[in-house]
Amino acid sequence: MANLKNIKWKHYINYIVIAVFTVVVSLLSFSGVLKNSDIYLLEKIAIAIILAVSLSMVVGFLGELSLGHAGFMCVGAYLGGKTAVILEPILGEYPTLIVSLLVGGLVAALFGVIIGLPALRLRGDYLAIVTLAFGEIVRSVFMNSSDESFGGSLGLNTPRFDKNALFIIALVLVLACLAVTQNMIRSKHGRAITSIRDNEIAAKATGINVTKYKLLVFTVSSFFAGIAGVLYSYSNFTVQSAKFSYTYSIEILVMVVLGGMGSINGSIIAASLITFLDVKLQTILTGNLAVLQDLFYAVILILLVIYNNAPSLKGFRDKYNIKVLFDKFKRIKKNNPSKINDDEAKWDRVPTKIEMDELLSVDMRVSSQYTPDKPEKEDNNV
Amino acid sequence: MKFIETLINGLSMGSTYAMIALGYTMVYGIAKMLNFAHGDIIMVGGYTIFITMSLSGNPVLGVIAAVIFCVALGITIEKIAYKPLRGASPLAVLITAIGVSYLLQSIAQIIFGSAPKMVNIADLGNLEFAGLTVPVYTLVTLGCSVVIMVVLSLFVKYTKTGRAMIAVSEDKGAAQLMGINVNRIIMITFAIGSGLAAFAGLFMLMKSPSLTNTLGAMPGIKAFTAAVIGGIGSIPGAMVGGLLIGVVEAISLTIPAIAPYTDAIEFLILIIILLVRPTGILGKKKREKV
Amino acid sequence: MSDIVLKTENLGISFGGLKAVQNLNLEIKKGQLYGLVGPNGAGKTTVFNMITGVYKPTTGKFWLDGEELTGKSQETINHKGIARTFQNIRLFNNMSVIRNVLVGLHNQPEYKCGVFASIFRLPSYFKTEKAMRARAKEILRIVGLEEERNNLSCNLPYGKQRKLEIARALATNPKLLCLDEPAAGMNPHETDDLMKIVRHIRDEYGITILLIEHDMKFVSGVCDEITVLNFGTVLSQGTPEVALNDPEVIKAYIGG
Repeated sequence: MANLKNIKWKHYINYIVIAVFTVVVSLLSFSGVLKNSDIYLLEKIAIAIILAVSLSMVVGFLGELSLGHAGFMCVGAYLGGKTAVILEPILGEYPTLIVSLLVGGLVAALFGVIIGLPALRLRGDYLAIVTLAFGEIVRSVFMNSSDESFGGSLGLNTPRFDKNALFIIALVLVLACLAVTQNMIRSKHGRAITSIRDNEIAAKATGINVTKYKLLVFTVSSFFAGIAGVLYSYSNFTVQSAKFSYTYSIEILVMVVLGGMGSINGSIIAASLITFLDVKLQTILTGNLAVLQDLFYAVILILLVIYNNAPSLKGFRDKYNIKVLFDKFKRIKKNNPSKINDDEAKWDRVPTKIEMDELLSVDMRVSSQYTPDKPEKEDNNV
Repeated sequence: MKFIETLINGLSMGSTYAMIALGYTMVYGIAKMLNFAHGDIIMVGGYTIFITMSLSGNPVLGVIAAVIFCVALGITIEKIAYKPLRGASPLAVLITAIGVSYLLQSIAQIIFGSAPKMVNIADLGNLEFAGLTVPVYTLVTLGCSVVIMVVLSLFVKYTKTGRAMIAVSEDKGAAQLMGINVNRIIMITFAIGSGLAAFAGLFMLMKSPSLTNTLGAMPGIKAFTAAVIGGIGSIPGAMVGGLLIGVVEAISLTIPAIAPYTDAIEFLILIIILLVRPTGILGKKKREKV
Repeated sequence: MSDIVLKTENLGISFGGLKAVQNLNLEIKKGQLYGLVGPNGAGKTTVFNMITGVYKPTTGKFWLDGEELTGKSQETINHKGIARTFQNIRLFNNMSVIRNVLVGLHNQPEYKCGVFASIFRLPSYFKTEKAMRARAKEILRIVGLEEERNNLSCNLPYGKQRKLEIARALATNPKLLCLDEPAAGMNPHETDDLMKIVRHIRDEYGITILLIEHDMKFVSGVCDEITVLNFGTVLSQGTPEVALNDPEVIKAYIGG
């Protein structure tokens, strides 16, 4: 904190990009360049980013599969929306927004705790089906609610908000969500969470309170899903339960997976890109052609997952991936003399059999991440 | 009297769910993967019956075509999408399965459009005896699925292939060392599961003739719920779970106050059962060796 | 009696009808290097699993430093001061070497930095992070992995992975360190190196060590006292020379 030199800019680049982007689009909107449809798109992107980043905490970092993220969003949307309906005439626009965001987020967080509790007993596929079931239960309850309470099958009409301000607020909330998630992940708590993902038994034996951290992740993640839900209600003026089916949870999951599990920036990029394409393709592909979009996503998803995970493609992946190509590009650019290639290593004596075994066993395991001759790296990255 | 009618109706629905759940549970037991696309095979089966029937008008031919096509499709999907991922993390496999599910649904929509197709297989009418009025199709469904499940149980228990399946589900590596062709067994499992899904498609069309590209989605999820309730990986578990879900659904649909919450109630039962028994009613508890 | 670190009394466990371990009585003194040996399936790892809380013992009790820990959870037992390594290596594979050790430091009183302090990046975050990184490096130096600290742990060769497990366990600042076959899969050169490290940890930091090992050269080389188990019961206890030459033990190993 003290001196700027020690700050790893790499870690803050995503804040900076989003902040600059927010300022630029705000200026554009004030000068009247942005159309209403653009503003709506920005809101949608912001909501998608919040959803993807919060889900990536559960799936990418804790390593548990949740298929009920839309359920938490649903809780937030309905309760936040209802709060807004009640408070709008009393408090005025801005205080209502803040209160309803808090209400939506907190109630969703409460549900996160409730669904996190079985998560302590269940693993993997079992947890996936329980979260899916939870989402469907929530949806069904709101769908069959009375017309006076949550609008029933017709949906809940929520107050409108100044369109020129809402998208800025949404983008600021994206920054807040990013800050919380990222700072938590890059701390001892984040390390504890990833240790549970990597090896739960070892994490317990190392004294990590697995219960506490699983609940924490579920709570924080559903809090932000709730926030996203409230934003959604403000952005659409209406909340309909049909939107929050498990297919929507899967859509969010797809964003996280396409972005690369355990990569927050990846989730952000994937969420923005998919939402952008969604909206743009919707205007191009109409009628029965609209389904081509789903087909396209499905094929991309299958190919990408197979490429990234197939054990038999490991050699291929190590040879041709973005990182390696990027490194090659860099090497051509500035032919770094401090880097020694393995085949250039000089022996000052013939290695013994044991040392040779050791060396070979190292070589066998070489992958893109392991570079024995990597120059000293600052290890501030938590 | 009304209750017995509801019960028969529930058992008939339940046996349809059990057929689908068997596909889930066998694939899970042997390939250790959750085949999310299984529900969509039902839909493919439905469309195959639709095409064959509009060409020939013969429902029996339709069923045969559906079974053949679904089995071929199941094997193809396994070869192309799942086999490369054998040994990868379960999450990766699950997500691919979700992708396959979307792929099947969107292909179906491209070919057949989004408007529902009407498939009237055969009007079997109602059967009345001893004061009961029971639609014949429920009895046909019930009868067929009982026969299929008995045959399947005998197959797994007494044939060489069936026993090899049990071996692979216990320990893939050891089974391989004993000379069992694991890839072949997994392929057979997918084939059986997909064949059962084709039958499930037939039963569902007998119940309500409207056919869309999401025909299998919700029944698929519910059958999966049934498989998990019964203990995923266990064949009797899938049957018990399927029948339970079916009966609960039928009873709940006849009570007006809770009828709209039917889906929610079924899912609630799942959550409660898993909290009491984390591996389902008949599931085996597995302890990770430390 | 304060110099006894670990005491077990009639400790036993049965799975179904199988008595995996029965009537185990151990007294490990402070600063001792204690060995637990025996043929495969003798119940050695089960003993570890009981005293680290993975399994709840069905009979008997055990104490650490006079405090009874029978039936406590794994986390609690670790907080109280028993750390372990695993027979089949269990590292946090997708984390760098130093982060593996930092997870071990998680519960140290000096590493006090709550969730809020981390999210809002309060000064305590920066202070504790810096201090703990320095300590993690220190611990890695003990096992000789300081140079590899930024590599992914799954890319380390086997022998180094075992050493990293020891470092991670050490980071929890244990009173008793349990090593489950630390030399398994190591070549003679690495085994010698490991023996030095194990002795160094005991001599320099006064940590009591309980280890399971099949390599008898290793056992007689480092252990002060050993217990030989067979089929869950104690065959012999004493110094390595005495216990390993016990006729019962020779019979169990050679089979006569």
